[in-house]
Amino acid sequence: MEKKLENLQILVNHLTYHYPDGTIALKGINLNIYSGEIVGIMGKNGAGKSTLIKTFNGLLKPTTGTVYIENDEVNNVLMSKLTRKVGIVFQNPDLQLFANTVEDEIKFSLKNLNFSKTELENQIYLTLEKFKLKKFQNRTPFTLSGGEKKRLAIASIMCRNPEIIVFDEPTIGQDAEGVEFIKNLIKEKHAEGKTIIIVTHDIEFAIDNIPRTILMADGLIVADGPTNKILSQDQILNIGSLISPQLIKLSKFLIDLKLKVPEDVYIKENMVQFLGSYFKDKMGITEGGKP
Amino acid sequence: MNLIKFEDFSFKYDQAQDFVLKDIKLNIESGKFILLCGITGSGKTSLVRAMNGLIPQFYHGEIKGDVFVKGKNTKNVPTSTLSRDVGLVFQNPENQLIAMNVEREIAFGPENIGIPWDEMDSRIKECIKITDIEHLRKKAPFEISGGEQQRVAIASILALQPEIIIFDEPTSLLDPKSAIQILNLLKKILLEKKISTIIVIEHRLDIVLPLADEVILIDKGRIIEHGEAHYVINGEKFLNSGVNIPKCVSVFQKLMNQNIFTGKLPISIEETKNLINSIK
Repeated sequence: MEKKLENLQILVNHLTYHYPDGTIALKGINLNIYSGEIVGIMGKNGAGKSTLIKTFNGLLKPTTGTVYIENDEVNNVLMSKLTRKVGIVFQNPDLQLFANTVEDEIKFSLKNLNFSKTELENQIYLTLEKFKLKKFQNRTPFTLSGGEKKRLAIASIMCRNPEIIVFDEPTIGQDAEGVEFIKNLIKEKHAEGKTIIIVTHDIEFAIDNIPRTILMADGLIVADGPTNKILSQDQILNIGSLISPQLIKLSKFLIDLKLKVPEDVYIKENMVQFLGSYFKDKMGITEGGKP
Repeated sequence: MNLIKFEDFSFKYDQAQDFVLKDIKLNIESGKFILLCGITGSGKTSLVRAMNGLIPQFYHGEIKGDVFVKGKNTKNVPTSTLSRDVGLVFQNPENQLIAMNVEREIAFGPENIGIPWDEMDSRIKECIKITDIEHLRKKAPFEISGGEQQRVAIASILALQPEIIIFDEPTSLLDPKSAIQILNLLKKILLEKKISTIIVIEHRLDIVLPLADEVILIDKGRIIEHGEAHYVINGEKFLNSGVNIPKCVSVFQKLMNQNIFTGKLPISIEETKNLINSIK
């Protein structure tokens, strides 16, 4: 979707946030996020990332400045309305899950959404099916494995169908299948036109899946742009305590060798193709295999 | 020398249906930086719990076979004794830190096992120096950053002078630069022989593999591969295991499948660069 005023979904102006103990976590944030965008938020521990996302659904109220979600200023709108619009999947599912059974966890999330009894049951069934949680329906969430708990935490937010979805460190502790699951979910929600915000340290995930990245440091936004640009500039990497993803490092090396490297060679398939041609050329390989 | 030896060890948690560890035969030798990897639910955490006696002494269940730590059977020797040989650092250092300041935190372990004051003082000084946290000495563990907390957790385990330290995802909460600094610190501690062996559980293989001497791959409670890092990484079992394969490995794996590349898959960016240089 275009970055037009009417598509503006989150508007943050001069936002500051002071914790009761005196810590100043946000020192003047200005930010526009448009409908249908996938935006990453990166930065050191303590940069203010989690504080910022908690202002989006009213968990934290701005000390000064404003946050608009669509046309609602977060200070002037009921939290129940905000949480319906903005779903946050927190990093640690143990802090999010509390019901006695997996089914109750989903049911609780759907409560207050004015579903009829049949609709509610249907919605619970669909959610359990979709997130492969049907067989755990009557189990307590605390006996699930880490990966399963994460799926349930995500399911309990997704079943409310929020317009804005925020993931806090979704890939921590996930194996390849878990990462693939998150990746596909983001793709699917993006195709449905949802706005997706991902707080992450995972540079390899970011470079593959997040087009725009905001870098925070010390309560401020210090960079905002295409992820591949953010993750390839040494000065920015230093500020954010980040490193370049492997294939950006490799593409810089290829450029230093004075090779004519396509701009998007940091994407795995493109790197395979580039190195494939390079190797064939150097080693005199003809079609079909080794020299 | 064998520091830890598993002899046909199997374990099933109380009230669980299946064995979570199955017929484990494993020797952990000294002088190694070992990466333990496997998909979610493969048994990594249970395996390390069995290395310091938490299984079976704290987590009860059905056992077959034995585990020996420096010759001591983990069934009979109390975990308080075993923990002097095997230190465990958890994923979230906040769960591990308890004292009012960093210095007290490091002193807590040695104090509890009755180390005399003058020796304790020199241990604290040394651990603070190794982990480079002199500037944090008087700070409360809760007012420092995640990376700093992880350093304090490492210092407080080092102060017990165990031979083996096991880290369960030590870097998952850290930004990439701090994660690499912590892992390099661990390698340095090993090379300076402050510790005999380091075992790291980690999902971010791209940052650990360049440091690993050995890799243990576990799947459905069985060790399916164990050996020198290049050997394991180049095996079918690793490539098909469902762990996060680093991009430099998977790029060359693709080239190999296309018959364009033969040889060992590179496990780091440095090796990848050397490989490209070698065919210039």
